[in-house]
Amino acid sequence: MSSTELNPTHFKNRKVTLHDMCLRDGMHPKRHQISLAEMIDVATGLDEAGVPLIEVTHGDGLGGASVNYGFPAHTDAEYLGAVVPKMKNAKISALLLPGIGTVDHLKMAADLGVSTIRVATHCTEADVSEQHIGLARQMGLDTVGFLMMAHMISAEELLQQALLMESYGANCLYCTDSAGYMLPHEVTERITLLRANLKPETELGFHGHHNLGLGVANSMAAVAAGANRIDGSAAGLGAGAGNTPLEVFAAVMDRMQADTGVNIFKLMAVAEEQIIPMMDELVRVDRDSLTLGYAGVYSSFLLFAKRAGAKYGVPSQDILLEMAKRKAIGGQEDLIEEVAMEMAKARG
Amino acid sequence: MNKKLRAVIIGPGNIGTDLLMKAMRSDWIEPVWMVGIEESEGIKRARDFGMKVSTSGVDGMLDAVEEDNIQIAFDATSAYVHAENSRKLNEKGVLMIDLTPAAIGPFCVPPVNLNDLLQEGRKENVNMVTCGGQATIPMVNAVSRVQEVDYGEIVATVSSKSVGPGTRKNIDEFTRTTASAIEQVGGAKKGKAIIVVNPAEPPLIMRDTVHCLTKEIPDQARITESVQEMIKEVQKYVPGYRLKNGPVFDGNRVTVFLEVEGLGDFLPKYSGNLDIMTAAALRTAEMYAEAMANGQLA
Repeated sequence: MSSTELNPTHFKNRKVTLHDMCLRDGMHPKRHQISLAEMIDVATGLDEAGVPLIEVTHGDGLGGASVNYGFPAHTDAEYLGAVVPKMKNAKISALLLPGIGTVDHLKMAADLGVSTIRVATHCTEADVSEQHIGLARQMGLDTVGFLMMAHMISAEELLQQALLMESYGANCLYCTDSAGYMLPHEVTERITLLRANLKPETELGFHGHHNLGLGVANSMAAVAAGANRIDGSAAGLGAGAGNTPLEVFAAVMDRMQADTGVNIFKLMAVAEEQIIPMMDELVRVDRDSLTLGYAGVYSSFLLFAKRAGAKYGVPSQDILLEMAKRKAIGGQEDLIEEVAMEMAKARG
Repeated sequence: MNKKLRAVIIGPGNIGTDLLMKAMRSDWIEPVWMVGIEESEGIKRARDFGMKVSTSGVDGMLDAVEEDNIQIAFDATSAYVHAENSRKLNEKGVLMIDLTPAAIGPFCVPPVNLNDLLQEGRKENVNMVTCGGQATIPMVNAVSRVQEVDYGEIVATVSSKSVGPGTRKNIDEFTRTTASAIEQVGGAKKGKAIIVVNPAEPPLIMRDTVHCLTKEIPDQARITESVQEMIKEVQKYVPGYRLKNGPVFDGNRVTVFLEVEGLGDFLPKYSGNLDIMTAAALRTAEMYAEAMANGQLA
């Protein structure tokens, strides 16, 4: 990324859609225990601050309620049913990972009034999403293809997968840095190639994690290269070291004279007065979350590794490094306990 | 060896070919026909193995059913065409073993309910659930036969190379069919299935995690014994079926970690998920053949 690309001339009057993640990705650090009242309060605060799109789902998407990922305090239907009717301007999105959730969940979310379905697959497995993307588009929903762990493949390979999702009907494609591993020039390379080869009307998005402290910088690189949707969460409430802190990114966009439509002070208030008090532990770059970003590990493995580490007497950092070595991808939370058991055995 | 049941395999792809190679070693099954819809590598392979072949679907061999005394069929095509294939062959008195997710007939997971199905008498069609179901349902049952299981959940992690286009186009079939069989065959009150497709190179061997939530506090000794017995039952037809870790007990949770390595007949060894399907289908056919030879089934 050359410094000229981060010059305000590349941002001035650009329309950037902010998409808040606290009530979905933020479910990970909250162990999926956010209450209905908290959901409504936070979503209402974000709506009043002018955030146009808010994701509300189990951390692992629709149907994520499980032993493997954690049982939530309430069902997806209860959360969506509580939040959607309270929104004045904001729209609500739901995440769906084929292999975990099904089209039945998708239909349920649509019936409850979500505007946007984001169909997420590992970055090399786009073809498991055909039925879900196809149906969402057919139902007239804003349909997003969400390619996770995008750091694991080249820009060219990512493009091939994005083209598949576009062909199924996705009107927006995401480069998703699930591990918070990417550097700004890697974001630039991927978004630039997607922009040059997808249909001009197909929107592009970037989803960052702050594990290397690069959530804001990477999101800026994405916008400069042609993305117009950016995921973040107020106060960064999300897996690992959290998502791109949305109020920080919004402030930067203001200074760059981009147009997010967000009231920055109201958004700061949500982060400070609503999200920070909700945190069980401060979501920040610490040794384990930095290890996620440094080694390229799926961010929601963090708490699972901490728990397994405590149970089996193995450092959580070592578990995360072993997960990287085994090339684990999103969804393989079940491997963490097994890895911890095997490491404990090996250490005697 | 005239007790052998003569068989047709429909679908000359990877699964059909692997099944053919296993069936050629069987004491109870004699593969005679391979059915495809066009000339293909798989048809050529079958011909090289001495099979009669049809390249015009099941219709191309229906007239030969009586003459060749075909009594059993394996369908390794897709759920969309399975019903037609099954109907046509059932009319000729052929028993259908369904390897697609169509699930017209009852689910069959050999070490769990094959004996019960045999007791019920002759069937027209039995369904082999899914690869994840074949690998994990024996474990759910190993727990539920000891004590009540309120909830059974399985996570199947398979290599990207072992998941074909049919499964990818309809991955919901996998989660739905498996979840339903966890309840109906596994004996859990409620079932859930998750599949993760991992592209790592070299490809990873199929691994499965089985979580059961028992109604009462789990009886650790009896469950452990039951799990180990069931592992041996599955190993009779899938030697690479292994208990990697567990059972782990945590409150009401019982967790078993498995690995399934294939025999490497036609499919590579890492694709234990496909191997366990072909092995289970053949095992089912063999048990029917044995029951027929003993006059247990009309």
